[in-house]
Amino acid sequence: MSTQTILSAKAHADDIPLDRIDVSNPQLFRDGTMWPYFERLRREDPVHYCRESAFGPYWSITKYKDIMQVDTNHAVFSSEGGISILDRPEEFRTPMFISMDPPKHDEQRKTVSPIVAPGNLAKLEHIIRSRVCAILDSLPVNETFDWVDRVSIELTTQMLATLFDFPSQDRHLLTYWSDAATAPIGPGGMFDTEEARLAELTNCLQYFTRLWNERINAAPGSDLISMLAHSPATRNMGPKEFLGNLILLIVGGNDTTRNSITGGLLFLNENPDQYQKLRDDPALITNMVSEIIRYQTPLAHMRRTALADVEFGGKQIRKGDKVVMWYISGNRDDEVIDNPNKFMIDRPRARQHLSFGFGIHRCVGNRLAELQLKIMWEEALKRYPTIEVVGEPERVYSSFVHGYRSLPVRIPA
Amino acid sequence: MPKVTYVEYTGTERQIELETGSSVMQGAINNLVVGIDADCGGECACATCHVYVDSRWLEKVGPRGSQEAAMLDFAALAKPNSRLSCQIKMNDQLDGLVVSLPEAQH
Repeated sequence: MSTQTILSAKAHADDIPLDRIDVSNPQLFRDGTMWPYFERLRREDPVHYCRESAFGPYWSITKYKDIMQVDTNHAVFSSEGGISILDRPEEFRTPMFISMDPPKHDEQRKTVSPIVAPGNLAKLEHIIRSRVCAILDSLPVNETFDWVDRVSIELTTQMLATLFDFPSQDRHLLTYWSDAATAPIGPGGMFDTEEARLAELTNCLQYFTRLWNERINAAPGSDLISMLAHSPATRNMGPKEFLGNLILLIVGGNDTTRNSITGGLLFLNENPDQYQKLRDDPALITNMVSEIIRYQTPLAHMRRTALADVEFGGKQIRKGDKVVMWYISGNRDDEVIDNPNKFMIDRPRARQHLSFGFGIHRCVGNRLAELQLKIMWEEALKRYPTIEVVGEPERVYSSFVHGYRSLPVRIPA
Repeated sequence: MPKVTYVEYTGTERQIELETGSSVMQGAINNLVVGIDADCGGECACATCHVYVDSRWLEKVGPRGSQEAAMLDFAALAKPNSRLSCQIKMNDQLDGLVVSLPEAQH
């Protein structure tokens, strides 16, 4: 994105009538020009109503503390209506536990959470490290290549294949289905219609149904499919619910970490003083990982639906209204985070960010994500003191997944 | 000032004096006790300041609140004596409190 684009976005964000601001426009995220709009909303109208958008009317919650309040009040702000701003027509909705309320949410979440709990993470650590080493050792030197394709996608997809015990040779399908599940419909997206999306996701369902059938007839194993097939909370799911939960686990375990792996390298290149600080003191990696996840905010928002009329931030939210918590904005709220637009690898209290959400829907895989990023940076620093970004990143056309399609880089000889 | 003993997962004990009214989580963070993450900063909105309360202190510490119980319900390694340390506020009655830390926070 050019300086010119940023300046004109800033001017537009300051001039446009407040009620016409629509931060859900995916174009803003592809261009990286959403920041001044969020800044204005935080400053002038932190609980903001947008009457008309491609996703229909919606409320924007843009300040850290307000987001925390909505996220922890699941009795009023329900997940049942869907967790992204996009409403899918009824026939294309797939139930998944992230878009359920208690008690069903609780039972299904507890089925899968042991795979990312501390005991299992300790077992996964050496697998992750050996893969990270293999991926990094295979990188070309003195030649431009795409970091997203060679590192971010490769690492997260291998991880996901392990968690599902998914055939490794077909693992690229996981990346494809992850993208397919979240792409906007129409120009700039992957599909022209919801029907076309569903047709592709049906292939995903068929593939996984085969794995399910193998595993339900075998002794309980430690992979996610086996866990779902054998748990009382999930073993009687219908095909749509199975597909929904698969999409949740694929997107949750894939897109998010992938984009933080890419974002981290980009931020270090944009802030050479921070890159130097990291080389001087690799013990900062753990703290840096939290800062990367804050600064990237790989899921820009989560959405809730009001179950009752409620006054919030001086506004009257009506029953049935769509309420969007913009994590990406709350993570830049200077009322809670000092100097929030600065990427600081030694930031105090770096863990206090909104990227994983808070409350009962908080990201279940957060510690696995952090572990992958930590190991990636430990091993990258050992091999390559500098990995240079040599061109502009290509960003994803989405106001939900905040990420990158490509990032050209070069390892100096 | 009332004292808390934190037993880290490795067995290391740290005895720390806390201001009356401050939380057991805050005491750990201010004194770099190993094993408390406190991702939400004390809002009872994650479960990463999870501790086990020594059985002799359970009654004095009291029961979990409802939001706390909801968060602990999803915490890995939770036990009947699990509490979120951000929800335990120090007072003279709790002078000498002993809490131990889980293997990791999740």
